[in-house]
Amino acid sequence: MVVSEESSRTVYNSLKGVGVQLVSALPETWLVHLIRLAEEDPDMTLVRVNKEEEAVGISAGAHLAGKTSAMLMQNHGFFASINGIVSFAMLYRIPLLMIISYRGGMGERDTWQTEGGRVTEPVLQALGINYTMLDSRDTVTHRIKEAHVLAESSLRPVALLLTRDLMWED
Amino acid sequence: MGAVAAELYSLGHRPNFFYLEHAMGLASSTGLGLSLSLPNKKVIVLDGDGSMLINLGSLSTLARYRPRNLTIVIFDNESLLSVGGFPTATSTGTDLEGIARDAEVPQTGTARSVGEFADRFQNALNTDDLTVLVTKVEAVGPPGFHMDLALLENRFQFQRHIRSLEER
Repeated sequence: MVVSEESSRTVYNSLKGVGVQLVSALPETWLVHLIRLAEEDPDMTLVRVNKEEEAVGISAGAHLAGKTSAMLMQNHGFFASINGIVSFAMLYRIPLLMIISYRGGMGERDTWQTEGGRVTEPVLQALGINYTMLDSRDTVTHRIKEAHVLAESSLRPVALLLTRDLMWED
Repeated sequence: MGAVAAELYSLGHRPNFFYLEHAMGLASSTGLGLSLSLPNKKVIVLDGDGSMLINLGSLSTLARYRPRNLTIVIFDNESLLSVGGFPTATSTGTDLEGIARDAEVPQTGTARSVGEFADRFQNALNTDDLTVLVTKVEAVGPPGFHMDLALLENRFQFQRHIRSLEER
């Protein structure tokens, strides 16, 4: 059982394809290759944050400065950044491209991930955040492109949920 | 951020001022995003002690990436003035400059008078390195928090201003 390098590369290349120049991240198992790809890319600014909410401010600063950014985090990190999302990104109409690893769903073996998995989509829905799944390499590029387009046209956060089917190779 | 933003506005608005009226704690993170994205521009964040305390991890992230064009001024009045003046942890001894220094912020200082602030701030502008300048101030706020500038108007004006700098 390993994290899929091929899927990670597809996601990373798709982010590059929509012009992402800055990536903020807080590591988690499924994001290991994505973060490494950002680190090895001389054209990418990688900011490793201590808490995911910092990334909202960093992305807001990048946006105001004319740069496209993406946030890499786990669903629990998304929970930890909600005040920033509401009180900065939504209030100030800042587009955010949030790539969230959707832990705790069907097939999850780690007990500690399971509560967060149950409430991830209800919380996104309660916040009115448009989201879609990244669950197959065939559709990753198209969905990332569409999410980026919507974030920029609506000036709001959008979320892409990285699923087990995409990220994990049994 | 908070009372600092309202006070800055009361001194006269400029198109290169962005007021974070909410999202407590994220002024320094926004400064990091701006300074990394605009390496040839000087970015100055005016923050408060309460806002810095709520996002202490930001000092560590700032030090890690060390944008040399970023200066963070923390006006430390030892209280949460804008919500009623409750004392913060700096009132009982928490030393924000010490935390910044130990996070490996390369240039740090604490100013305790207007003259000392002026000297240290000028020094920060002249020094090409990340600076955190804690400035001890009295817990006296601006006359009011009203700004005759809608939050979104400020946000788009600021973005447009940066774009105009880039096009120059």
